[in-house]
Amino acid sequence: MSKQPLEMTVNGEPTEVLVQPYQTLLEVLREEVGMTGVKEGCGTGDCGCCTVILDGKPVTSCLVLALQAQSRPVRTVEGLGDGDALDPIQEAFIRHGALQCGFCIPGAVVMARALLDATPRPNEDEIRWAMAGNLCRCTGYTKWVEAIQDVVDQTTEGAMK
Amino acid sequence: MYKFDFVAPRSPEDAVAQLRDRGPGGKLLAGGTDLLLQTKARVVKPAYVVDLSHLQDLERLEHHPGEGLWIGAMARARDIQLSPLFQNGFSIVADGAGLIGSIQIRNLATVGGNLCNAAPSADVAPPLIAAGARAEIIGPDGTRSVPMDEFFLGPRRTVLGPTELLLGVWVPEPAARSGGHYLRHTPRKEMDIAVVGVGSTITLDGERCADARIALGAVAPTPVRARGAEEALRGQVVSPDLIEEAARLAAEDARPISDVRGSAEFRRHLVAVLTRRTLTAAWNIAKQGGTGR
Repeated sequence: MSKQPLEMTVNGEPTEVLVQPYQTLLEVLREEVGMTGVKEGCGTGDCGCCTVILDGKPVTSCLVLALQAQSRPVRTVEGLGDGDALDPIQEAFIRHGALQCGFCIPGAVVMARALLDATPRPNEDEIRWAMAGNLCRCTGYTKWVEAIQDVVDQTTEGAMK
Repeated sequence: MYKFDFVAPRSPEDAVAQLRDRGPGGKLLAGGTDLLLQTKARVVKPAYVVDLSHLQDLERLEHHPGEGLWIGAMARARDIQLSPLFQNGFSIVADGAGLIGSIQIRNLATVGGNLCNAAPSADVAPPLIAAGARAEIIGPDGTRSVPMDEFFLGPRRTVLGPTELLLGVWVPEPAARSGGHYLRHTPRKEMDIAVVGVGSTITLDGERCADARIALGAVAPTPVRARGAEEALRGQVVSPDLIEEAARLAAEDARPISDVRGSAEFRRHLVAVLTRRTLTAAWNIAKQGGTGR
């Protein structure tokens, strides 16, 4: 068993690393690429802390082998926002105090971004269903939903001006 | 994580050749949501995995009007949930696929993986059995076709040989006045595993039931058909009383065990409830002029 070359695009940057065939995308993003915003919570796909956007779709990177990302674009929390400007979802999470310990938040904002990219105006029910794969033991979720709704409302207002 | 080698085949035929040439210890890797859990827990210790995730041909969903619907083995549960192909006559398949895990999991989990992992609680199995689907399998000697209700041999065991690969499933076009529905019971709304799942389809001839299929999940070593209940429906005028009787017989057809998710007695009760609800839903769809065609 030897390391194999993996080429993928991480947050827009072409990236080439050598990986073990049994390493997960989560491990490689953290240990080899340095994207430590990707968190390992459960390691079994239940908590959503390791959520990244692979080929345009949110997935739990703990249940993806790194080599399965061969030739594919990956977006992590580090790829949200633009330079120093945070993503509106991150701004809203801060504004609403939608975090406490913060461990689950990178996965949660990535999932919320994926939701709004696919469904720009979700209702509360749709937000709750979409966020069902992200566990948070601090906030009780209410503030997450409020923060995401706030982004939706702002986008809607912006579009009407 | 258990340490294994990684093979990226160029085609389904190449995947079969890799399994044959490299010999025992190979596992096909589809979405990974079951297999990688099992390798992390060292319940499964493959020498190598054959990754199917770059074989885009296996992700195809194709409707051939009047004939049926092809679901590639690597079609993701989320794609089925969102595909317009599954909103009418084939909606029972999306009923099951849409219940698996979270969005993140459904973006990875595949129909083929759900079937080949062969958990008795697999959510796409009862819908496909109830829809009369067939598994299309490729091996070193060519392809073969197996009815979905003969695909499972036991928990985690299917008819697939060590060098065979599931290409996809073929779901025949539903009859004009037919309908189907799948429901499961879970203590939580999302991110849970079925205590019991029931998929039912019904085809009407006038007011009579021309045909019915009822498939039960998580109440036996494999998904099973409730043949006693199906027999009671066939040829009869459909009514709430008849459905109630079929639901009672389906509970008798079930062979549940007691485990952490529920007692055998509770599961038997759930079979009756879910059979009644899915048959009623399927009947309503069938009465409304059928399933969208």
